[in-house]
Amino acid sequence: MKEISCKLAVIGAGPGGYVCAIRAGQLGIDTVIVEAAKAGGTCLNVGCIPSKAIIHAADEFYRATKFAAGRDPLGISHGSPTIDFSQTVAWKDRIVGRLNSGVVSLLKKAGVKAVVGHARFRDGKTLEVETETGQQVIRAETIVIATGSARVELPFMPFGGNVISSTEALALKEVPKVLAVVGGGYIGLELGTAFAKLGSKVTVVEALPKILPLYDAELTRPVLKRLDELGVSVMTGVKAKGLASDGKGLVIETAEGDQKTISAEKILVTVGRRPKTDGWGLEEIDLDMAGPFIRIDEQCRTSMRGIYAIGDVTGEPMLAHRATAQGEMVAEIIAGKRRSWDKRAIPAVCFTDPEIVSVGLSPDEARQGGIEVKVGQFPFAANGRAMTLQGEAGFVRVVARADNNLVVGIQGVGSGISELSATFSLALEMAARLEDIAGTIHAHPTQSEGFQEAALKALGHAIHI
Amino acid sequence: MAEFIIKMPDVGEGVAEAELIEWHVKVGDLVREDTILAAVMTDKATVEIPSPVEGTITWLGAEIGDTVAVGSPIVKIEVAGSAGEVAGGDGQPAGEPSNAAGATGVSSPEADADEDTPTPSPSPQGGGELGEPGMKGTASSAASSKADASAPSSSVVAPAPPDTPTRSAPSLEAANRGDPDAGDAVGDDAGPNATTAVRPGSAASGTPTSPSPVWGGVRGGGSIASTGTASADLGSVSTAPAGRASSTTSPLIPRPTGEKPLASPAVRLRAKEAGIDLRQVHGTGPAGRITHEDLDQFISRGAQQPSPAGQQPNTSVEEIKVVGLRRRIAEKMSRAKARIPHITYVEEVNVEALEELRARLNAERHPDRPKLTILPFLMRAMVKAIAEQPQINAIFDDDAGIIHRHGGVHVGVATQTPSGLMVPVVRHAEARDLWDCAREVNRLADAARSGTASREELTGSTITITSLGAMGGIATTPVINYPEVAIVGVNKIMVRPVWDGQQFIPAKMMNLSSSFDHRVIDGWDAAVFVQRLKALLETPALIFVE
Repeated sequence: MKEISCKLAVIGAGPGGYVCAIRAGQLGIDTVIVEAAKAGGTCLNVGCIPSKAIIHAADEFYRATKFAAGRDPLGISHGSPTIDFSQTVAWKDRIVGRLNSGVVSLLKKAGVKAVVGHARFRDGKTLEVETETGQQVIRAETIVIATGSARVELPFMPFGGNVISSTEALALKEVPKVLAVVGGGYIGLELGTAFAKLGSKVTVVEALPKILPLYDAELTRPVLKRLDELGVSVMTGVKAKGLASDGKGLVIETAEGDQKTISAEKILVTVGRRPKTDGWGLEEIDLDMAGPFIRIDEQCRTSMRGIYAIGDVTGEPMLAHRATAQGEMVAEIIAGKRRSWDKRAIPAVCFTDPEIVSVGLSPDEARQGGIEVKVGQFPFAANGRAMTLQGEAGFVRVVARADNNLVVGIQGVGSGISELSATFSLALEMAARLEDIAGTIHAHPTQSEGFQEAALKALGHAIHI
Repeated sequence: MAEFIIKMPDVGEGVAEAELIEWHVKVGDLVREDTILAAVMTDKATVEIPSPVEGTITWLGAEIGDTVAVGSPIVKIEVAGSAGEVAGGDGQPAGEPSNAAGATGVSSPEADADEDTPTPSPSPQGGGELGEPGMKGTASSAASSKADASAPSSSVVAPAPPDTPTRSAPSLEAANRGDPDAGDAVGDDAGPNATTAVRPGSAASGTPTSPSPVWGGVRGGGSIASTGTASADLGSVSTAPAGRASSTTSPLIPRPTGEKPLASPAVRLRAKEAGIDLRQVHGTGPAGRITHEDLDQFISRGAQQPSPAGQQPNTSVEEIKVVGLRRRIAEKMSRAKARIPHITYVEEVNVEALEELRARLNAERHPDRPKLTILPFLMRAMVKAIAEQPQINAIFDDDAGIIHRHGGVHVGVATQTPSGLMVPVVRHAEARDLWDCAREVNRLADAARSGTASREELTGSTITITSLGAMGGIATTPVINYPEVAIVGVNKIMVRPVWDGQQFIPAKMMNLSSSFDHRVIDGWDAAVFVQRLKALLETPALIFVE
């Protein structure tokens, strides 16, 4: 097969790689992108997008269940709902499919050549791609590694059969009656909550003393309360030890050392993700590493000239929007523009019930960093719009420097609060002070008023509390 | 009223012209009798010109560095009509022209003269002429003023300037108005004073005023290029709430080292594109945020903003006019290097014996006698060597093609003075003994350093000694004191290991670095001369043997 020579080759078409390739194409760079699977990466195919689809379906079904129970304060009642989960999954797959083809056509529109296959470094300037029609050699002046991350497998409980990862969970034929979730991180809790709403009896097993360890207790409290209401059993400080001998249960060990078996139809293992640094020839180019990740500098350059790395393979937080921002930046750097990573904050959103958003520093993190802070917190229980949405759980919290009111962090937990993440991030990137937020008119009636009120609270003159 | 004209005086020595090297006064200055007006230089002597009268300077007739013929008018002074009127100005400090003029109660001709001179005028545009220190704090002030623009209050302090063509002018005006103190000052028609009163802190706490014409002016200026509209909008939105509270916090909190500069993504992008490290940029926005305007200012002033981070490039260029002694040195050095093909010969001299003798002589000297340095010994050695090689002690008139071989050995001694290199001359070294040479060297060096050396004392050398003395240095490449043909350079005495045939022994060694005019001195002769000096200095008794 004829060799391809290009200015830029991108390995991996996830939210980092495909954005990098599109931006490079826009900038007139001769670009090739290599992806073995479908365009869009983990995020689009088996991560963010499909999980949100299932979560939405679960919310809708759960609402119908509540109406059927006849105790809904809205006075709505109807017959008991049923769900054809295979149809739900098919609907989800159509969304994914649309987005897949959207990414493909965007790449095409930007003039990016897509090569389907598994890429491997031959040397720092050459990739070998195993395609359906044979080996394709790509010679590129610049290569961007955007290989992403992979699910972490428990060695004593490998994936297969009833032990599933999030990927399989999002493609189940039917809702499992009993589901055990190993790992109380955001993936496990998002899916655990969804399946609980779909009717599963869910148990979450977390080895650490608390769930969602990245968020403080204040933020997770409404989530825990909700899990309890949904009948989800959360066991913290408990280790998964393996599959029960009949394959229909999970053996656990409590903090006291007692071993028990939890019966479960499916065991969803969500114990984290690891950077995908194997299988593409890292050993051929011998890049410097930072722990399990590829070491990069503030321009996403690796230790080898002409090779960049972006996204999950480069470190925490392993989030799609971080990869996207890096990909865009790297494309511009390759185009000769002066760029470097100068973001103040990377927002993190957790689509539990209620949702959690965190941008910048929490009060504790700020204090640990030696910053004296003032904190303003406003509960949605005092927000009119939240009441009308039956979403009174949660709050918005603003963290600012005590000396000059510069906002250093914004967190919130509440129904639908993910959509407020944009305004939180904007405030941080614009280096807003409390007065900036307090002095901006926030439309009434919206949940966003809680943000303004939190800033006012920090300034000492909240109106509605 | 009378005009008194001061002419370039005859500074003696038969010179027809003199170079003006320094003005001590400027137009508008009030001078009294004997106030030094100017300094002029003839060859190497500096002469100060005092004022013979009391009055106000109205005209200066030369630029620094100009060569002025003797008899040319150089200063005009308006002499006050009566002593009483002049006395009124006595208490005024010199150098404040408008005050001085006002206080002296001068009549109309003098006032006219003042107005013709480019003295600072208290017009609104005066702010635009202010230098960078004034500019520094103004952006925040301007920002807070903009913020105030949205406030309903409208206590007008001063009318907007009729014409605000540049961006700096309106922002300064805005700054003035943002400052309550400055506002008072503006009322007193003292624009320049107002700007000096602008401090960021006080400006930020400014009371609501009505700067909307100014704000409009800034906008209308449109000189923020493509981002103009965006930044203007941004400014009005983001600084509005900040302005209210800025009285509680100073916007000029120094950024701790290592902390990311505060700037919106748009500002960061612009800085990146322009290759500017935002850590170098002073942020005037709330909490030290770097605004588009800060970036504009930083770019327009060429990255000279001091940053709390310490090291930064200094791109300033200072223009220094080469005048006076420095110009003469420059000319002479150029001529020497352009015309004379130098041969420089370096030899080491064991000065153990010489140093021992010198120490002895110094220890036992009569209190009247000067302390001996190496120089008088070297002079005497040179006299001795020159007696054998008279071609070394000469003036080569290369234009005429004539060598003037001098019988008298007039030794120039290169001397560093506060104003630069001077070469006083020890005349007739051949007729002076060791102590006399030493005494003369000391006297001349003092005279040169204090600027009292006469023209005679600074000219007429036939050979020169140069010594960087205590500065050390192994060798030098001395530049011949044109039109002489030789210069002897003395390097520092150092204890070095010396092979005495059997072993290394520590010895006080001194290098001589000497240059010769190779047109008239062959290398061989140069070497013979230096070797002779070496022999004499190593066995100092030979110096004194007739």
